[in-house]
Amino acid sequence: MRMKALALMAALALLGACESAPKDAGAGAGAGTQNTIVPGSQQDLVVNVGDRVFFGFDRSDLSAEARATLDRQAQWLKTYGNVNVTIEGHADERGTREYNLALGERRANSVKKYLAAQGINASRVKTISYGKERPAVVGSNESAWAQNRRGVTVVD
Amino acid sequence: MTTTTRRFLRLAGLAGAVLLALGVAAPQTARAELRIDITKGVVEPLPIAITTFYGGGGRDAQVGADIAKVVSADLERSGLFKPLNPQAFLQTPQQLQSGEPRYADWRTVGAQALVAGGVQGASGGQMKVDFRLWDVTAGQYMSGLSYSASPDSWRRIAHIIADAIYKRLTGEDGYFDTRIVYVAESGPATNRTKRLAIMDQDGENHQFLTDGKTLVLTPRFSPTAQEITYMSYFNKKPRVYVFNIDSGRQEVLGDFPGMTFAPRFSPDGKRVVMSMAQNGNTDIFTLDLGTRRQTQLTDSPGIDTAPSYSPDGTKIAFESDRGGSQQLYIMNSDGSGVRRLTFGNGRYGTPVWSPRGDLIAFTRQQGSGFAVGVVRPDGTGERILTEAYHVEGPTWAPNGRVLMFFKETPSGGGRSAKLYSVDVGGFNERRVSTPLDASDPAWSPLIP
Repeated sequence: MRMKALALMAALALLGACESAPKDAGAGAGAGTQNTIVPGSQQDLVVNVGDRVFFGFDRSDLSAEARATLDRQAQWLKTYGNVNVTIEGHADERGTREYNLALGERRANSVKKYLAAQGINASRVKTISYGKERPAVVGSNESAWAQNRRGVTVVD
Repeated sequence: MTTTTRRFLRLAGLAGAVLLALGVAAPQTARAELRIDITKGVVEPLPIAITTFYGGGGRDAQVGADIAKVVSADLERSGLFKPLNPQAFLQTPQQLQSGEPRYADWRTVGAQALVAGGVQGASGGQMKVDFRLWDVTAGQYMSGLSYSASPDSWRRIAHIIADAIYKRLTGEDGYFDTRIVYVAESGPATNRTKRLAIMDQDGENHQFLTDGKTLVLTPRFSPTAQEITYMSYFNKKPRVYVFNIDSGRQEVLGDFPGMTFAPRFSPDGKRVVMSMAQNGNTDIFTLDLGTRRQTQLTDSPGIDTAPSYSPDGTKIAFESDRGGSQQLYIMNSDGSGVRRLTFGNGRYGTPVWSPRGDLIAFTRQQGSGFAVGVVRPDGTGERILTEAYHVEGPTWAPNGRVLMFFKETPSGGGRSAKLYSVDVGGFNERRVSTPLDASDPAWSPLIP
């Protein structure tokens, strides 16, 4: 149940982001519910920090916006030093299954490397690629694709 | 896996099958015999009369009718044959059991070839099935075979007979006594349930092999068709596994530090070639199934994946973005001698070597569309067989004349994924029916 609620929160945060090009979601959204948020939880990360960053088509480099989100994540991970995370790398549907698995791994690793450079011990950060298997948004348009090309930080 | 499933999947009963050429020698004549030339692309389907296999009555008659239907459906689906409506036939199955057909009667109904057969003992422990094939135009016997097997393997007998007819009339091996393993899909696109499933090439004898609790992808048969290698997210650790169809046992392959995926067996079945991704880099490895030794074949900083052996095992086709975009490459099976295969516009992936060795099938992505095509191993002769919003993942029938792939279509806010077959000339594209949505098909070799 808890996981379901969290997933819903993530989806809501994402919807709040933008119609066309997604913004790195989360920061500032859902302020009204802050009193119920457990510090150091996934919900805390989603609502107050931003749990995900987005990538260009067939890219795994981080935009300035993505880096800003990850800077906040790094600060947050320093605050909650006992929290470990898994970075999920995802791709949009425009690619073959195998290539997208590799691309998702590349994206997850790009996030992990950036967090490590900000001083987060690599042993706290696992990665997993879902390729195109777990889109965040269903749709065959640039907006959906852009929201699906993502790296999502998930509290273990 | 249940006992029933296991018995069913083992394809029991045929081990002791007796194959006898029926004792009628084909008379040698100077006249060109009936033959379909399938190398010429589109051909007019050959009108063929397939009579109910004669069984007298009871169970034998039922099995005889069922076998004829399966043979007829197999041949029709190939696109090379046009089975005629049995209601027009002027000679009964019983009359065909003894002596020559009345060729003039068969010419009258438009048949160029004629198949008849018989079934005995279908209600007992051992069943005998025979068939004969005649060239109606020339008025001569072509071939015939007799089979003994357990009655519950009647479907396999029918496919084997269809293969024999196909081979006699085209000169090529058939592909009807084969199976398809694929990924059955259900549920919302954002959290799709994916299960391994297996069926005969005509969609019959469908079975799920996994329960759907774990995401599974890209199953492929071993050369004996008794094992399947695939990728599973079991315990949230995406790794390559092997599944034994007989025992239902699943086993992770190798001890790799990163995600392993895109597996395929070597043609001798002794190795599995696959990709491993680690630290943002994907390379190709083999795992020797005997010694469990891992060998790294590529070390480019790019994505090297989707490896596929040539049928002689000496080469491996794969895809790589080392040159800036996804393209096909070929290397020797020890990783040496890498050369680029495709230079066309678009991104090329999922190379699959034809069992004949003459072509490599691929998925091409160009603009917003996908295509499945073939190219010769020397890089020439690239041809597109089918194009759509999304087609992907070709697999070859064992005779290298037909491919299967999956097609995804936006549907009601989600996705519908279906299997299709198409011949190597790009003709005769057909939907392959599955109970649920379907992707990642893999065609088995002819069942041993």
